[in-house]
Amino acid sequence: MSFVSRGFRGRRRESDADATRLPPGQYLTDDFPVLSAGPTPHTSLDRWDLSIVGELDEPRRWSWEEFRALPSEEVTVDIHCVTKWSKLDTVWQGVSVDTLLDGLDTAAEHVVQYCDGGYTTNLPLEDVTGGKAWVAFAYDGEPLEPEHGGPVRMLVPHLYFWKSAKWVRGLRLTATDEPGFWEVNGYHNYGDPWQEQRYWGD
Amino acid sequence: MEVVDIVAQTPRVKTIAFDVTGWPGHRAGQHVDVRLTAEDGYQAQRSYSIASVPNGTRIELTVERLDDGEVSPYLTDELRPGDRIELRGPVGGYFVWEPSQGGPLLLVAGGSGVVPLMAMIRARDAAGSDVETRLLLSSRGWDDVIYRDELERLDGAGLRVVHTLTRSQPPDWTGYARRVDAEMLAEVSPSPAEKPRAYVCGPTPFVEAAAAALVQLGHEPESVKTERFGPTGG
Amino acid sequence: MDALTLDGNAVAGLLQEVFAVEMTTAIGTCDACGATDAVGALHVFRGAGIVMRCPHCDNALVTIVKDGTRVWIGFAGVRSLQVTV
Repeated sequence: MSFVSRGFRGRRRESDADATRLPPGQYLTDDFPVLSAGPTPHTSLDRWDLSIVGELDEPRRWSWEEFRALPSEEVTVDIHCVTKWSKLDTVWQGVSVDTLLDGLDTAAEHVVQYCDGGYTTNLPLEDVTGGKAWVAFAYDGEPLEPEHGGPVRMLVPHLYFWKSAKWVRGLRLTATDEPGFWEVNGYHNYGDPWQEQRYWGD
Repeated sequence: MEVVDIVAQTPRVKTIAFDVTGWPGHRAGQHVDVRLTAEDGYQAQRSYSIASVPNGTRIELTVERLDDGEVSPYLTDELRPGDRIELRGPVGGYFVWEPSQGGPLLLVAGGSGVVPLMAMIRARDAAGSDVETRLLLSSRGWDDVIYRDELERLDGAGLRVVHTLTRSQPPDWTGYARRVDAEMLAEVSPSPAEKPRAYVCGPTPFVEAAAAALVQLGHEPESVKTERFGPTGG
Repeated sequence: MDALTLDGNAVAGLLQEVFAVEMTTAIGTCDACGATDAVGALHVFRGAGIVMRCPHCDNALVTIVKDGTRVWIGFAGVRSLQVTV
């Protein structure tokens, strides 16, 4: 059984933010912890591409130049990591997933994000559409650093941040749900921080 | 798990002694996992190598205060004798040395990576062992050398201590004054033919470079054991 | 090499809690490249959970996720684990 360590407060900031912005069990942080399931990949931009594959008539693919030519937007969102830290008002620049899927016909109801390094995570397709998800290439006004997922990462702020894959290289549209890296190893299949869906059975 | 006393080693490093009820003893190189709990339930956990030789219920941890650390500043600045701390241990079996395992021993330390290796040196001394041992210790400057005086005292009788000071050196310094590299390791280490047991500890980049260099020099990979402390140290 | 990478020593306490024996001296065989290494020598990454990877080919060998009372251990990439009891 744990007991309180006299005088210990830890790094997180005493919150003067609106308490309703913190999901249950989360702590506020000012810094940006780097958490990773594997070594940082380094793919040169002239070999990098982003794809939409799977349950669709014609796969889509963008080179780095093509991707950066797509309309993008700046968004300010709160992010919540399942390891209990939350960071409010983070500013990103990215291409909306709606833009990438624009005009696309599919019967798929699920999507798998796949990445350099082999990481995957799964979501319902409706959780990355309708203005809920972006492929982000800049954070806080600067190009996204490799340790934070650069050149691009997914940004799906309404779910725990393991559902926003770093080093993303594509979205695979699937007819059935295909649990990803953490989902097969103990983490919740959906991951809603407001219902504290961290682990299997939550 | 009660703090007994706190001793400053260098400007940023302190040795903290604990009295741990029921402590079963430990082996040189093992560590403990320290867990701190704030009043609102927030917890942080870190591992610290045990610096001391077994001594009843007393154990000592040597902690370097990291300026942006979450746990180390609490341990070095806040703890007082009489405070209680939660810890789990002893832990570890891979990065361990006992005198009965013999040598020759090659110990390579970056900064606070010297802590588990000092436990090995102290165990060797306590057992009256004459196993040939070489310690290559990398520190920023002479005032940053942890256990400096004790190492000077123990130098000799089969133990050779070699320092390298990477950022600043005293005026009359004739020793190494650069980061550990293959050339330095070749000069300090026993030859691969002597089949030394190597233990490398410190920040991850330090450990990676030193371990790779030792293998390049011909040491068997299985004979080079490593303990990485992460980006900045223990 | 990432400065953040740790090795199996960093999860020794957690593994001992689960397996009740010291695990860093256990020898794992990677099912991707066949290399054998002590658990203490594996590369450890902290993401949402812990990932232990083969130091030769980066294959994910073990994943560890824990909440207050449950620990999920995935041996995704381990062909065999040799433990001394």
